Amino acid sequence: MPGKLKVKIVAGRHLPVMDRASDLTDAFVEVKFGNTTFKTDVYLKSLNPQWNSEWFKFEVDDEDLQDEPLQITVLDHDTYSANDAIGKVYIDIDPLLYSEAATVISGWFPIYDTIHGIRGEINVIVKVDLFNDLNRFRQSSCGVKFFCTTSIPKCYRAVIIHGFVEELVVNEDPEYQWIDRIRTPRASNEARQRLISLMSGELQRKIGLKVLEMRGNAVVGYLQCFDLEGESGLVVRAIGTACTLDKLSSPAAFLPACNSPSKEMKESPLVHPPSLGCRSTQNSPIHTATGSRLTQNFSVSVPTLIYTGMGSGSAGKEGGPFKALLRQQTQSALEQREFPFFTLTAFPPGFLVHVGGVVSARSVKLLDRIHNPDEPETRDAWWAEIRQEIKSHAKALGCHAVVGYSESTSICEEVCILSASGTAAVLNPRFLQDGTVEGCLEQRLEENLPVGCGFCHIPYDELNMPFPAHLTYCYNCRKQKVPDVLFTTIDLPTDAAVVGKGCLIQARLCRLKKKAQAEANATAISNLLPFMEYEVHTQLMNKLKLKGMNALFGLRIQITVGENMLMGLASATGVYLAALPTPGGIQIAGKTPNDGSYEQHISHMQKKINDTIAKNKELYEINPPEISEEVIGSPIPEPRQRSRLLRSQSESSDEVIELDLSHGKKDAFVLEIDDTDAMEDVHSLLTDVPPPSGFYSCNTEIMPGINNWTSEIQMFTSVRVIRLSSLNLTNQALNKNFNDLCENLLKSLYFKLRSMIPCCLCHVNFTVSLPEDELIQVTVTAVAITFDKNQALQTIKTHVEKSLQRASTDNEELLQFPLELCSDSLPPHPFPPAKEHLESASSNSGIPAAQRATSVDYSSFADRCSSWIELIKLKAQTIRRGSIKTTVTVEKASPVAEGNFRNRSAPPCANSTVGVVKMTPLSFIPGAKITKYLGIINMFFIRETTSLREEGGVSGFLHAFIAEVFAMVRAHVAALGGNAVVSYIMKQCVFMENPNKNQAQCLINVSGDAVVFVRESDLEVISTQQPTANCQPLCTGGEVTT
Amino acid sequence: MTNELDIFVGNTTLIDEDVYRLWLDGYSVSDAVARRVRSGILEQTGATAAVLQSDTMDHYRTFHMLERLLHAPPKLLHQLIFQIPPSRQALLIERYYAFDEAFVREVLGKKLSKGTKKDLDDISTKTGITLKSCRRQFDNFKRVFKVVEEMRGSLVDNIQQHFLLSDRLSRDYAAIVFFANNRFETGKKKLQYLSFGDFAFCAELMIQNWTLGAVGEAPTNPDSQVDDMDVDLDKEFLQDLKELKVLVADKDLLDLHKSLVCTALRGKLSVFSEMEANFKNLSRGLVNVAAKLIHNKDVRDLFVDLIEKFVEPCRSDHWPLNDVRLFLNQYSASVHSLDGFRHQTLWDRYMGTLRGCLLRLYHD
Repeated sequence: MPGKLKVKIVAGRHLPVMDRASDLTDAFVEVKFGNTTFKTDVYLKSLNPQWNSEWFKFEVDDEDLQDEPLQITVLDHDTYSANDAIGKVYIDIDPLLYSEAATVISGWFPIYDTIHGIRGEINVIVKVDLFNDLNRFRQSSCGVKFFCTTSIPKCYRAVIIHGFVEELVVNEDPEYQWIDRIRTPRASNEARQRLISLMSGELQRKIGLKVLEMRGNAVVGYLQCFDLEGESGLVVRAIGTACTLDKLSSPAAFLPACNSPSKEMKESPLVHPPSLGCRSTQNSPIHTATGSRLTQNFSVSVPTLIYTGMGSGSAGKEGGPFKALLRQQTQSALEQREFPFFTLTAFPPGFLVHVGGVVSARSVKLLDRIHNPDEPETRDAWWAEIRQEIKSHAKALGCHAVVGYSESTSICEEVCILSASGTAAVLNPRFLQDGTVEGCLEQRLEENLPVGCGFCHIPYDELNMPFPAHLTYCYNCRKQKVPDVLFTTIDLPTDAAVVGKGCLIQARLCRLKKKAQAEANATAISNLLPFMEYEVHTQLMNKLKLKGMNALFGLRIQITVGENMLMGLASATGVYLAALPTPGGIQIAGKTPNDGSYEQHISHMQKKINDTIAKNKELYEINPPEISEEVIGSPIPEPRQRSRLLRSQSESSDEVIELDLSHGKKDAFVLEIDDTDAMEDVHSLLTDVPPPSGFYSCNTEIMPGINNWTSEIQMFTSVRVIRLSSLNLTNQALNKNFNDLCENLLKSLYFKLRSMIPCCLCHVNFTVSLPEDELIQVTVTAVAITFDKNQALQTIKTHVEKSLQRASTDNEELLQFPLELCSDSLPPHPFPPAKEHLESASSNSGIPAAQRATSVDYSSFADRCSSWIELIKLKAQTIRRGSIKTTVTVEKASPVAEGNFRNRSAPPCANSTVGVVKMTPLSFIPGAKITKYLGIINMFFIRETTSLREEGGVSGFLHAFIAEVFAMVRAHVAALGGNAVVSYIMKQCVFMENPNKNQAQCLINVSGDAVVFVRESDLEVISTQQPTANCQPLCTGGEVTT
Repeated sequence: MTNELDIFVGNTTLIDEDVYRLWLDGYSVSDAVARRVRSGILEQTGATAAVLQSDTMDHYRTFHMLERLLHAPPKLLHQLIFQIPPSRQALLIERYYAFDEAFVREVLGKKLSKGTKKDLDDISTKTGITLKSCRRQFDNFKRVFKVVEEMRGSLVDNIQQHFLLSDRLSRDYAAIVFFANNRFETGKKKLQYLSFGDFAFCAELMIQNWTLGAVGEAPTNPDSQVDDMDVDLDKEFLQDLKELKVLVADKDLLDLHKSLVCTALRGKLSVFSEMEANFKNLSRGLVNVAAKLIHNKDVRDLFVDLIEKFVEPCRSDHWPLNDVRLFLNQYSASVHSLDGFRHQTLWDRYMGTLRGCLLRLYHD
């Protein structure tokens, strides 16, 4: 009995009227965990009941604690008939199970009903007492931390990055069970919500076990997805990267991977930190769940071995051989893993050595009609097959690892496309093994890797290239070979040398397909896939050239299957890497050179394209330093397409078709206009409108070339569904419709967010689905972040930032105390520095004021400050201990401070009790420091209506639902004590409508990391006194701008 | 290709002030789009009409969802669905409860009933305010009225507390509630020249001095938490006003009063002779108004009577405002020197307020 869960129901508010006669409600609450249920008293005749219940105590296994959600149901008592349900709250108590996260969940939760939406709120307090468990073969994995963030979380340090963990669980979908015919939609929806909650709890626990097995203590880049396979079942699968993380700021006591909040847990043999000597292969066997309530599920674990030692660093050899040695070491480190995959997209400095290119694999499967839970290996085998393919592709690129790895599916009826993609890479073994790294090796490595271009250098053998390619010497270091174009699925490495700014590049494509059944359908799809990949790739390449850029980051290609068509959408962020050669232009050639008017047309087009390239170069500030070819001393790079997408697809068989996307030997950037299709392609190239001035967009975490973020952020989700006119649909018309849909959506976003200019849309994430025959649905989630438009200050600031960033990492303890202080809403004269580090920090007191000043829009301010900045820049370089990271902040964002601050302007609304919770798909919050990770948020909701028209039609229905989902995420974060969600992602938004029946249904799955952040401006106010008179007006200026 | 569904949901709810105004003004989406196009927004932003249409629809949908909460503004503060910064919440509420001068003049003093609501069509035609907007404003009046009608304590405070309005707007609503409750006639032709501000000013004076809430407290302190209601006139006070009748009924008293006023004002008024000639009429008018206030019907006609009995006679003789002020001051003060008159406090309570009202009402 290793745990006691305690729940107290405090009060309710804003309840709906359940008794028409009295216009009141007699509410009571049922609290259910596992099979135990408690009830509160009935609170008669009130819409704001005060139950103030006793503590309900559940004594449960920690396994159950991980799997089960706490289920709170609010009901209206009825003497004569059955009690009416008002709604439910599901609380995932996982965040209470590990030490560094939340200790209590307490707050107002929206009461949710799948038919009526949010109906009032309920105040709940939840606590967990965990007891020691000495059973090392236990089933629970309490204490393993989960992060959605695809980089090492901000307040941690990676000791070891162990590698890939995956798991999947299947069950029957309650919606397709026979009982569904006789139960209400509400009961069916709730059964589904509960089941998915259980399955994800179980999945997380199993992944946690694997992590403990590998002697890790955390999963980073955790991505959990649902496959709604309809009649054949429900699959919940997850992938992630197992790591051993160290909390940065905390003293040694926190270093061991604590398994639970209780201190005794540290004695548990399993949780000792990995250390030399205990690096053995004596893994405890993985047990499949025994006491699980889900008897039908299956799970096959792919044993992923931990690294078990390797030759010590015999460094000291010269460059060339050293590289070989490095590769050898990495290889040995990675080859022992079945899948050397990493779901991370950003890495600790020095981790990523070389990048090969994008590897991807797809496979078309027929979902088995007979669901046989006793033979569960099918789904696992499918994925294993695909992963194997990815691995072999990476090998072909001379790489031993795949980074930025992700998996996805697209299902239509019984056909399912499984996709996996990642970036082949060579990694530095030092993070893959246990702690003590030979110092000389490390240094050697750093000497050998020129900053900012190392990752561009080819990992494969020049003489034995995996595909026809054209190489040049690196434009940065001139020592190593680089390709002329680079495609990756990862974020731009922070140290990469970039020219100008980046931009969002999308390739969009539709292909009609005949309606067919079963095998015939699967075959048709498999036949179309290679052509789609090829075209998507060509489009990306052309658009990249058109932008005058030479590399793509964050590439994500989504292929969606529908009844009668296939859609392809690729998004990436284009940049100009200084290390790679300047891209050549695009040449257009006509097929019939004798026709005069035709030729004129061609030359007209050519001119248009050249103009666009020139315009784009100006727009994105791409003006690389001119280097004459002789200086480089390499073969003159012909403009030839070389980067390559390795892919293959198979149809339930091992038949693998290698597709060469390199366009053979011909010069790739000659576009031949030989038919109308080609003409259309060229036209579509030119139809993409650049964002209005003041706007930038990218799908990566950060926008290359913009560092001076200010603190205003706006996360949003936008959904559009269009109906195609079914008459005479051609590929061309389809493409145009799809293109317009995406472009119009972007235009709308720019218009809506115009008040934030200058700003950048970051992490723009498009998802396409085909809910019905003639419907295309596009869902976009992104965050708009404002930045300081004063470009003159940018370079200086970057400089300051770098030096300060370095300083801040080794001075994390500074960031601890502001937590208590920030609640004291901006005292005009902050406390005198009491602690030692306060004093040390106050030495750089000038900087925060000046930085804040730069963000004030009035140019006069900026002018006044520019001389300051110079001064500060000098100072900053001498600062060794700094608490500031740089990004400028105007807004005071600690919720309390914000509230109080606004009181002045809005007296009547002074007592707003709802704290602000920020949401962002990024792993960071500009202008703020994340001080604590409170746990993963992973929520699944269903909403259904039988009165679609009354709720404002499909738009009204979905708008309200998404707003409700946001509200529930925010409420859970606030209850955990957090003030933001980072790495937020809407993984699924399945919308179905039946307007004739006035019905609609929607399923949404979201996840993210709940965190506590502190504004850097608050840190500054607290940690530094403002001694000079000068800064006073500047500070007030900053406040007013809010 | 048609957009079946088109939504945008921000973590922080986006509020476009211009669109909010158009929505409040009751324009349909297409009218709002047309107006936005005319404002030149397309040229400024380079957007297309389709974008504008989608944006407007989105905002309208948001406002529609917010409307339910705006009906009980404290709910807007505590709800979790829309994350809106406090300053924006205040703006939403304030604008939602703001009303048009033209509209309020039409319904001021009318019973806020279904019957009046049926007349909104005519009001809409007459004022040029859309019917939708009229409905919103009417419903706002009615909602505020219903909530504070039976409440004890300061009317303005009650409104402010339950609707989170600014001080200015709360005072305006207090006037509307007060007028609706006492059903003062404001629609007669001869009252048309008066603005809502004129009435609101009078309402405030009356609330401060003539209601139950005013009893026992310094009448000049409107914030006092008196344990009684502000919406009803003090019946006892109205009853007592009959006692003032002696001022005109007793011929000696009337003559004395007249001579006191004339002596004091001789040479100070440009319209002295007109005043002297009219004194008895004017005084009779003012005192009779007081004496009749015990009847509900005459309470309703208070403003009509004041205009007929005082404002119009003075205006026809072209009294300058300053002369009216001097006269009224002297007229009120001289009563204190009438030895035979015992209701000095009552007189002050009546005349103090009336003097303020008359001065405000006396304009073209």
